[in-house]
Amino acid sequence: MSTSEHVRLLQGNEACAEGALYAGCRFFAGYPITPATEIAEYLALHLPRRGGVCLQMEDEIASIGAIIGASLGGSKSLTATSGPGFSLKQEGIGYACITEVPCVIVDVMRGGPSTGFPTGTSQSDIMQARWGTHGDHPVICLTPSSVQEVFYETIRAFNLSEKFRIPVIVAFDEIIGHTREKVVIPAPGKVEVIDRLLPTVPPDKYKPYDAAGSPIPDVPPIAPFGTGYRFHVTGLNHRKDGFPTNDGRLIQEEEERLLRKISKHSAEIIKYEEYKLDDAEVAVVSYGATARSARRAVKMAREDGIKAGDFRIITMWPFPEERIFKIARSVSGIVVPEMNLGQVVYEVERSSKGKTEVIGIGKVDAEPIVPGLIFDFIKKALNKKAIGRKGC
Amino acid sequence: MSFNYEEYIRKGTLPHIWCAGCGHGILMKSIIRAIAKLGIDKNKISVVSGIGCVSRMTGYLDFNTLHTTHGRAITFATGLKMVRPDMTVILVCGDGDAVAIGGNHFIHACRRNIDLTMIVANNYIYGMTGGQVAPTTPLNDISTTTPYGNIDRDFDICRLAEGAGATFVARTTSFHTEQMDQLIIQAIKHKGFSVVDVIDSCWTVYGRRNKFKDHVAMLEWQRDIALPLKAAERMKPEDVKGKILTGIFCSKEAPEYVEEYRKLQERVRGVTPGQPQYEQPSDHL
Repeated sequence: MSTSEHVRLLQGNEACAEGALYAGCRFFAGYPITPATEIAEYLALHLPRRGGVCLQMEDEIASIGAIIGASLGGSKSLTATSGPGFSLKQEGIGYACITEVPCVIVDVMRGGPSTGFPTGTSQSDIMQARWGTHGDHPVICLTPSSVQEVFYETIRAFNLSEKFRIPVIVAFDEIIGHTREKVVIPAPGKVEVIDRLLPTVPPDKYKPYDAAGSPIPDVPPIAPFGTGYRFHVTGLNHRKDGFPTNDGRLIQEEEERLLRKISKHSAEIIKYEEYKLDDAEVAVVSYGATARSARRAVKMAREDGIKAGDFRIITMWPFPEERIFKIARSVSGIVVPEMNLGQVVYEVERSSKGKTEVIGIGKVDAEPIVPGLIFDFIKKALNKKAIGRKGC
Repeated sequence: MSFNYEEYIRKGTLPHIWCAGCGHGILMKSIIRAIAKLGIDKNKISVVSGIGCVSRMTGYLDFNTLHTTHGRAITFATGLKMVRPDMTVILVCGDGDAVAIGGNHFIHACRRNIDLTMIVANNYIYGMTGGQVAPTTPLNDISTTTPYGNIDRDFDICRLAEGAGATFVARTTSFHTEQMDQLIIQAIKHKGFSVVDVIDSCWTVYGRRNKFKDHVAMLEWQRDIALPLKAAERMKPEDVKGKILTGIFCSKEAPEYVEEYRKLQERVRGVTPGQPQYEQPSDHL
């Protein structure tokens, strides 16, 4: 094994697979789909060599089922897909939410709806990542912007998934998936790898959904199947021992705990990057490949003497609403470019609570949003401010 | 002394949800007896189910139990078995769960010949939702969604499994409990994908709409219509018509998937020059 840091030239999908291996993923199940297939191909090559399992299942639904089953067996598990497959996996994602089984789902975003534009880039699954499965449920979704960041965020996805017993979605656009960049792969042990909390009580005292006394508030420890802790797992609302219940009070309590599990820990889950926001009059809020154009646009604006800054979302869900509210109070306009016809822009509007003008740039022509376009909108945002002042 | 079922049933989970006269209880007890006979450690057994009346069985059984989504039990079981090959994984599914919504997984599990035991509680109907037509409902029968009679041809689950590549396929009925025990034992012992099609009875939403006087009449019907395969071989085709064939349809040796994957891992294990390799977590098999 490689014990030292080394440098590779990888595409985003390959970096995702490398991140999964680094995080200790030893089970992958998937189904061929553009533009995510390289993740399956890379892991088909590397997982069996490391004692892991990589399966091509009969369909997308089988893949999510298999990774949940493997995770219950104690193996860190991954599946990867794109829009149509992401739609098909939604029931399984909900199942992993309510049964609190750790797993990671990668969605390499392509144009939609339906078959859409398989080879075209897109950022249009952001709301599906949040609300795709039915019912109230917690969500963690990470949106990396570079190949190197895909590597790190995939590790973080596994860590968060294991720590909080929740399916974690890593969503990146086709551009990031297929761009080749330099990736530094750190030596093993350099980046923290978190494993799930195992029970400390004897098997006869173990309740798979009882978080009382857990070192992580609201997160009960989980025992792998076959290790002596016999318990029941069901997608039905259940008691703390896992058995189904119709007790409304208990259902409400457990559902609230599921959501609290993430909301209470949102400070450690939420991650973003800020650039020149301290004195900014206009902020650009973006994510994924679009954030790279946004950074360039901000630099162009600064060269023109315009006080612009950018806020790059790395954790999409839970949404960094408190930080965006603070930014909204200090700027006179926020520009939200994204490769869809308006998704995150509404979240930014909601978070801004009317404190500033929020302007979206929506593009679904399968081309990246270029810096020049964002720069134009930064100027528009400034002009709106000027108009606004005249009115005062 | 009578058999002690309590050792295998979780305390505080009964009474079960099944109607009086339902065959699922007969099946559950047969599965328990089979496991007891085989003497498998309870910690090393996982029972996996989908959605439907019979799928609720997993809640009552004191094993590692997994009540999954509709039609997908095989997929969860596949993932589990691949990472825990030391476990005996048994699937309990209804007919709609197994071969309608789960039909794709069913044929592919047969094709892979993965070492899982699938028991289909085949009661010809969707019971939990109140009696809708299933892919196993006989022609002309009445269900809530075929009020004028069913015109869809029905699946023969055993022939389907055999055709798709399952290496142990058998059928019994909820009347023939001794045969049921024996077939489940053989299915669990068999290395490869094994299917036991259990002709089950749902009087509440199927029998009562299809000229069965009561629950007993359904069991009597199973007794009378079942015909052992071996006996059928000696009979004229016209005498076999309308009977339900029981017994072992196929039992053969073939490469088993988990074993084949383990061989593949051994064949390719090792470091590729220039490629990084990471330590396997100690808790991983």
